[in-house]
Amino acid sequence: MDNKRDACCAANEQALYDQVAGVIERYRDKPGSLIMVLHAAQEIFGYLPTKLQQFIADGMDIPLSEVCGVISFYSFFSTQKRGKHTIRMCQGTACYVRGGKKVVDEIKKELNVEVGGTTADGQFTFEIVRCIGSCGLAPAMMVDDDVYKQVSPTKLRGILARYTQEAEEEGVQE
Amino acid sequence: MADIKLTINGKACTAPAGSTILEAADLNNIHIPRLCYLKGIHKYGACRICVVEQVSPPARNLQAACVVEARDGMVIETNTARVREARKAMYELLLSNHDKKCLTCSRNQDCEFQALGRELGVEDSPYEGEREILPLDVSESITRDPNKCILCRRCVSVCRNIQTTSVLTAENRGFHTVISPGFNLPIGSSSCTFCGQCVVVCPVGALRETSHKERVLKALGDPGKYVVVQPAPAVRVGIGECFGLPAGSCETGRLAAALRRMGFDAVFDTNWSADLTILEEGTEFLQRFKDVLSGGKAVLPMMTSCSPGWIQFIEHNFPDQLEHLSTCKSPHEMFGAVIKSYYAKKIGKKPEDMYVVSIMPCTAKKTECARPELSNDGVPNVDAVLTTRELGDMIKSMGIDFMDLPEEQFDSPLGLSTGAADIFGVTGGVMEAALRTVYEIVTGRELPFPNLHVSPIVGLEQIREATIKLENVKPEWKAAEGFEVRIAVTSGYEGARKLMKQIRAGESPYHFIEVMGCPGGCITGGGQPRPRGDIRVTRQKRLEAIYAEDERKPIRKSHENPALLEFYKEWGEPGCHLSHEYLHTHYVKRGRYNELTDENFTIKD
Repeated sequence: MDNKRDACCAANEQALYDQVAGVIERYRDKPGSLIMVLHAAQEIFGYLPTKLQQFIADGMDIPLSEVCGVISFYSFFSTQKRGKHTIRMCQGTACYVRGGKKVVDEIKKELNVEVGGTTADGQFTFEIVRCIGSCGLAPAMMVDDDVYKQVSPTKLRGILARYTQEAEEEGVQE
Repeated sequence: MADIKLTINGKACTAPAGSTILEAADLNNIHIPRLCYLKGIHKYGACRICVVEQVSPPARNLQAACVVEARDGMVIETNTARVREARKAMYELLLSNHDKKCLTCSRNQDCEFQALGRELGVEDSPYEGEREILPLDVSESITRDPNKCILCRRCVSVCRNIQTTSVLTAENRGFHTVISPGFNLPIGSSSCTFCGQCVVVCPVGALRETSHKERVLKALGDPGKYVVVQPAPAVRVGIGECFGLPAGSCETGRLAAALRRMGFDAVFDTNWSADLTILEEGTEFLQRFKDVLSGGKAVLPMMTSCSPGWIQFIEHNFPDQLEHLSTCKSPHEMFGAVIKSYYAKKIGKKPEDMYVVSIMPCTAKKTECARPELSNDGVPNVDAVLTTRELGDMIKSMGIDFMDLPEEQFDSPLGLSTGAADIFGVTGGVMEAALRTVYEIVTGRELPFPNLHVSPIVGLEQIREATIKLENVKPEWKAAEGFEVRIAVTSGYEGARKLMKQIRAGESPYHFIEVMGCPGGCITGGGQPRPRGDIRVTRQKRLEAIYAEDERKPIRKSHENPALLEFYKEWGEPGCHLSHEYLHTHYVKRGRYNELTDENFTIKD
């Protein structure tokens, strides 16, 4: 059973690497395109593990240390396995003074997750961002690409429920 | 290209087109304070200390003189109140994230950052804030102290652009930026070769050699230890600079005298074993050559193995090509092996009572002496490696007035050497020394070059090559008659990488290749005194000094070293069983990303 699953995972992983190889092929000779490739690779894998970084470094003929340097510079890139959904709670000035901190504490409590961490069930990765340009909606929060305005601890539960329910429904469908 | 004319501080200046403002100022004897800029190596604009005011054409912001190109008709002011204030503020900000432990820093009074503070008249540290205290990263060769780092990135430039090893990088951002091998790895767990070029360019104490001074002092104070010292060829053309002498000073006599005053029991010379290396390595080459001539399958080109940085490089980057390396240990390791066996027996000591200290122009030698395979009879061949810089410090701290010393000789018999040994310290030298011997063994005649210098391989171009035709050979070498031996020489890893790619592709035209890890060879190794000014000028001067030292020697061919011939009478012959046990070694496949990888060199998840 386990062997079978491993083999299946390996095949899936190979398919993902093949996709990244295609991206590298497209960008290889364009100087300054490392960031594009990393973006695409993170889209494909969900995160940028060391092995993938090496794969990209070798493919682009760029030193691994440089790849690592770029990834660690931009907070958008993650080297940790990410949850299915990413919660980005804004802690810019406006969101902070309008009670964003309370929401942060509530998320930590509700989901039992630290800032930068991923929930045990792999559903959510929780991050703090500095201003998403929606100060008029403060405190603002993003879940994946959706922006939620004037989030409060009570409102929060409703928002999160949409994503957890979705997961349960998927579970049923399976 | 035509020159341009500009005005700096009211003075009419001329500079070649394409110069930066800073280069133009330098050429016209106008000093602009700078920190991160390093001629020939680093032009980055990281520190902003070199800012100047661009009066015409008017620019709103101050310009970083090291990166902004000088233009015809420009008017520049380098010393206005605005400029001075900006520089000072930049300095104070850099200082705010520095540990300021100057009194206990190995670079105290030898620190570019410290000197600059004085130059700018900074007398206060007004910005104090939260600082991240990071752990010290200590490898066998290099110690990295991120708390002293000012993020100038000279080390990243030299590692990436000059050496192409690309180990060091800037990791993270803002306050959290550290210069590291990435992945939060310690430097000893990366693919670092420990060439130490980063240590040479570091303006502060953030990158330095891992000190062996304490262990040497301890051995010197131990009455049970017989402490033998040996300096490498390049040390004699470096050590003078530690005492204010100009680059290119050769101080062999005072070096021997200083080592004697320090209390070593025997003051020998790595040069002796450089001659030994030539006989062992020359014999190995001739054996491989013979095998090929007789239709056998010896691996050629053979590559020299004296430079431990180069050995680390090939082990990490070309682990599939290690059989090209000569199996000879590097000269100081051979020396240690001889001291603790042959010589120990002669003076009635046990190997474990001998303590061997090497003075090296090199940081990689520190890692090398810790390699488990470089030991015999249960003891390491070499116990401690001091860089030329460390030796300079120790001479000073022992109260020895170097300049007041008489010129003395090394001790007999293992202090005697030939001119061929001296040139081991410079790129092309090992090859030339080998050819002086090998050519004579095969043809019975002296190497047919004026003054014994193989002129095509003398110099500092990245890759140099020559073809030596073997004619009128001795009867026993009949098979080699008319053969053209093709040789190549390189220093620095960029050239080495090119030659290795050729070999890996099966396209190498060469039979014998010399590689030294540092550009220019050991004369500008990672353990040599930091050059004052342009490293390329220093390199050229040290090169000339070492060839001059060779020419001063009455004997200039390794196989004519009388002390060595005497040694072989008892030892056996080059390449004999004892030689293989004590003077030869093997190498380790390491793979490119070292600790990140598993035993198959694939990256662990």
